[in-house]
Amino acid sequence: MENVEMKIRKFLSRFFRKHELQGNEDIFSLGFVNSLFAMQLVMFLEKEFGITVDTKDLDLENFRTLNAIVSFIDKKKVEV
Amino acid sequence: MKIELTEDQLKMQAEFREFVDNDIIPFAAESDREERMHPKVLEKIIEKGYIGSMLPVEYGGMGMDMVTLGILNEEVGRGCSSARSLLTVHGMVALAILRWGTKEQKQYWLPKMAKGEIIGAFGLTEPNVGSDAKSVEASAVEEDDFYIINGHKKWTTMGQIADVFLIFARCNDKPTAFLVEKDRAGFSTTPMKGLMGARASMIAELHLDTCRIPKENLVGKVGAGLSHVALACLDYGRYTVAWGCVGLGQACLEASIKYSRKRKQFGTPLRENQLIQQLITKMLVNVKAARLLCYNAGYLKEIGDPDTIMETWVAKYFASKMVNEVASEAVQIHGGNGCHSDYPVERYYRDARINEIIEGTTQMHEVLIAMNAFRTI
Ligand SMILES: Cc1cc2nc3c(=O)[nH]c(=O)nc-3n(C[C@H](O)[C@H](O)[C@H](O)COP(=O)(O)OP(=O)(O)OC[C@H]3O[C@@H](n4cnc5c(N)ncnc54)[C@H](O)[C@@H]3O)c2cc1C
Repeated sequence: MENVEMKIRKFLSRFFRKHELQGNEDIFSLGFVNSLFAMQLVMFLEKEFGITVDTKDLDLENFRTLNAIVSFIDKKKVEV
Repeated sequence: MKIELTEDQLKMQAEFREFVDNDIIPFAAESDREERMHPKVLEKIIEKGYIGSMLPVEYGGMGMDMVTLGILNEEVGRGCSSARSLLTVHGMVALAILRWGTKEQKQYWLPKMAKGEIIGAFGLTEPNVGSDAKSVEASAVEEDDFYIINGHKKWTTMGQIADVFLIFARCNDKPTAFLVEKDRAGFSTTPMKGLMGARASMIAELHLDTCRIPKENLVGKVGAGLSHVALACLDYGRYTVAWGCVGLGQACLEASIKYSRKRKQFGTPLRENQLIQQLITKMLVNVKAARLLCYNAGYLKEIGDPDTIMETWVAKYFASKMVNEVASEAVQIHGGNGCHSDYPVERYYRDARINEIIEGTTQMHEVLIAMNAFRTI
């Protein structure tokens, strides 16, 4: 569980240099990520956690904060 | 670290090379002159299965790994930039469906696209909207079980021959992707003539006039049209364009070496002249550097590393600028002959120019690559 959060945090830290991301901070409103981020995040999550992000998952609420991404992964892992 | 092609990849490379020499190059000049893809070329690309090169075997595609796919686009790009652009746009639509389509969409479209029974085209750019893609003006309105699309698209590669179009339109004011079949009422195309390069790309303008499509033709979600659907397509688009530039650069290099062996001035072949040697060296090193960037992007795709997205921007940026220099040097080496359609470098020079415009202009690459550097370094 912590492991999942750490891995995601590590990935996100590449985009949030010098900013200590809080679990409930809105990633998209901080102004750090660009238009490519959404696809980079999808690729990262799929590779790292062996899940498939499909159309029904494309809800911004699944990806808006670190906490949201962690619970999304938990949910997806149960589905597999 | 190991940078070498596998035995299978080398075998495929030889096969592609032979195919391009026999079935693409003999038609390239005529296709360029007549501004139309020679039907034989399309037929052969379908017959070989290359039209489905980017699709998995389960849908009838060739299931190529990303590096082999790159080599295919390099080789086709060596022979004819327009034929390479067919693989690019058709693949972009097929991969959008593979990545974000529903089960029904995949089962209906992909086997037909893998076999080339259906050709796909990508409709993002409009008369008023190019680089600023999020501002597309085309609109889609939900009505009962349909979307009603209104809009005008321009520069659609293969628009003259495509059967299905991936159309980007605003829905609830958010960029959204839809599949529009060519025979839908309210949909029509006008061929465009007069292109400088990649002249056999069969480009067209698309008109959507109260065009009604069933709701099932939505691809992905409303609002995910650019962030997810287009970006996934454009990643493959940029990757194949970058490889096409490597192939085109290679064609320039090979033509220049051949010519400077044969052509004599001041009593010696051009190849003996050190200024010509310098040009050949620059060309060769540039082509090799671009190829390595493409291998890198392809390898990262193959292992599913998200860094491939940025690395593909880097590869496309370098390769498209590279091929413009290299094509210009090839014309220079050919002298007057380089300025005449009797020699293929004249076409290469025009074809090269297109690559700095399509799939994101050089300037858009400069903005994005620098922004990423400032963010991460
Ligand atoms: C042969 C060919 C085939 C094509 N095929 C397709 C296709 O299949 N599907 C499709 O949708 N489109 C296609 N296009 C369109 C192509 O993608 C666009 O031409 C391209 O995105 C650029 O848009 P534009 O032409 O409107 O130029 P503009 O966006 O108007 O740009 C004009 C110039 O301004 C620069 N510029 C713009 N904004 C900025 C900025 N913020 N900072 C710095 N410089 C800027 C650009 O780099 C460029 O140099 C094709 C084009 C060609 C030529």
